[in-house]
Amino acid sequence: MLELKDLTVHYGVIAAVRGIDMKIEPNTIVTLIGSNGAGKTSTLNAIVNSVKKKGTVIFDGKDISKEPTHQIVQDGLALVPEGRRVFINLSVDENLRMGAFNNDENFERLRAEMYRLFPRLDGKKQQLAGTLSGGEQQMLAIARALMSEPKMLMLDEPSLGLAPKIVGEVFEIITELKKSITILLIEQNAFAALKIADYGYVLENGSIALEGESENLLGNDEVRKKYLGG
Amino acid sequence: MDLTTFLQQLINGASLGSMYALIAIGYTMVYGVLRLINFAHGDIMMVGAFFTFMATAAGLPFTLAVLLGILGSVIVGVLTDKIAYKPLREAPKISLLITAIGISFFLENLFNVIFGGVPKAFSAPDYLTKIFHLGDVYLPITVIIIPIVTVAILSGVLWVLYRTKYGMAIRALAFDIPTVKLMGIDADRIITLVFALGSALAAVGGIFYAVSYPSIDPLMGVIVGLKAFAAAVLGGIGSVTGAVIGGFILGFTEIFVVALFPELGGYKDAFAFFFLILVLLFRPTGIMGEDLERSRF
Ligand SMILES: Nc1ncnc2c1ncn2[C@@H]1O[C@H](COP(=O)(O)OP(=O)(O)OP(=O)(O)O)[C@@H](O)[C@H]1O
Ligand SMILES: [Mg+2]
Repeated sequence: MLELKDLTVHYGVIAAVRGIDMKIEPNTIVTLIGSNGAGKTSTLNAIVNSVKKKGTVIFDGKDISKEPTHQIVQDGLALVPEGRRVFINLSVDENLRMGAFNNDENFERLRAEMYRLFPRLDGKKQQLAGTLSGGEQQMLAIARALMSEPKMLMLDEPSLGLAPKIVGEVFEIITELKKSITILLIEQNAFAALKIADYGYVLENGSIALEGESENLLGNDEVRKKYLGG
Repeated sequence: MDLTTFLQQLINGASLGSMYALIAIGYTMVYGVLRLINFAHGDIMMVGAFFTFMATAAGLPFTLAVLLGILGSVIVGVLTDKIAYKPLREAPKISLLITAIGISFFLENLFNVIFGGVPKAFSAPDYLTKIFHLGDVYLPITVIIIPIVTVAILSGVLWVLYRTKYGMAIRALAFDIPTVKLMGIDADRIITLVFALGSALAAVGGIFYAVSYPSIDPLMGVIVGLKAFAAAVLGGIGSVTGAVIGGFILGFTEIFVVALFPELGGYKDAFAFFFLILVLLFRPTGIMGEDLERSRF
């Protein structure tokens, strides 16, 4: 579904991502874990061309390395950015409308579907997104990304700052989504992420330190020590 | 001041305020999305008036001439963005500002070279030069038409901003450009739309100005543009409703100050800015502005 070849990101002289390769099969959940500053967000932003990068990105058989961000999203690759970034000055409904900007025909149907998938948002349709709680904003950010009916969804730390109960809800929904789309999940909570993922990559200082089936990573001593707290 | 004079000045104020409001919207919307004070915006208004003037001079019917005037402004406004501002999207805001001032000088001098600096009489069709007398109130038909057309146009703009996906994208863009792109939206197209909309409104303002005074010259956009800019800041830069309110407040005060203190008539242009400074002293973000960093439309 998605393939990265020798992906590199530099900010000035700092190398944030140092030539990584990844391969993500259709209808799987793949997780990218790593400590703060490892280069996870930079990797996702490079995939959608939000930051300058070198290397090749193949999505759904097409080379998207040089495509502008909006075109990549139109191709079916959606990103729920770090820190949610809902449009705080727009209502919940309007945020969903923005997600379906190029999907007018299916807007009504998808919107109904999203309110079913995220019942917490129902009843807050006209509320400004900036006044939602953190958990509600995260759900809105995911729902908004799904409004374009992507083939693949990338989530950058969806559980950041959420109460454990809400994290559970978000992860349930992610597992649910796997039936229809491919998912690349970035998480601080490596244990939870590996639990629902099929495959995992461990990023250290901008390079892939380790990769493998999730069960294997969960059993790996080094991963346990560094990312799973013992 | 008796009732007749009061009514008379009220209507004149609404008419003048309409022009400021129409032009102020362009300032505020461009500021909202690009954080740029588009100093060339007043000249875009002049461009609209000149295109209309040329079209009527060529013998075209007035309505068609107006449409061509609007189209002329839209093209020049959009090209300004594409050629001069777009390459500077990532550059410091000050470079953008200086470029805008350069564009302003360029347009003023270009039209000066082509048409000369002498004011040209702007001939409006007969149906726009009629004058009614309501008791002692003296009503050129334009002062009635201008506020009505303006209110209609402003309702249309608000409808676009709040009821269409393009308007939502404009409002979203004012807050977060990278995330707008993540919605699969071509942000540059939306910015083009903002320039097109702002320029069209400025053209209408310019044509109203030309019909009311009725003469035009290449520098006509300077002082009107500055005042419309003052109106936008007064209302809270970045807020469309604020720009409209600011425009009308400025129109009314200007007219009433002159009516109440005729001896101050010579200072009427200065008064707009005096008023602006006064308001900003008490409310630095303007009337409707909440936060200078994050304008909300
Ligand atoms: N815009 C930027 N300019 C300069 N340096 C940056 C920029 N963005 C990120 N970096 C640097 O690049 C490195 C990788 O950052 P990145 O945000 O990709 O890490 P991350 O793995 O997502 O971390 P976290 O878990 O904290 O979100 C860090 O050292 C960071 O300081
Ligand atoms: Mg990150």
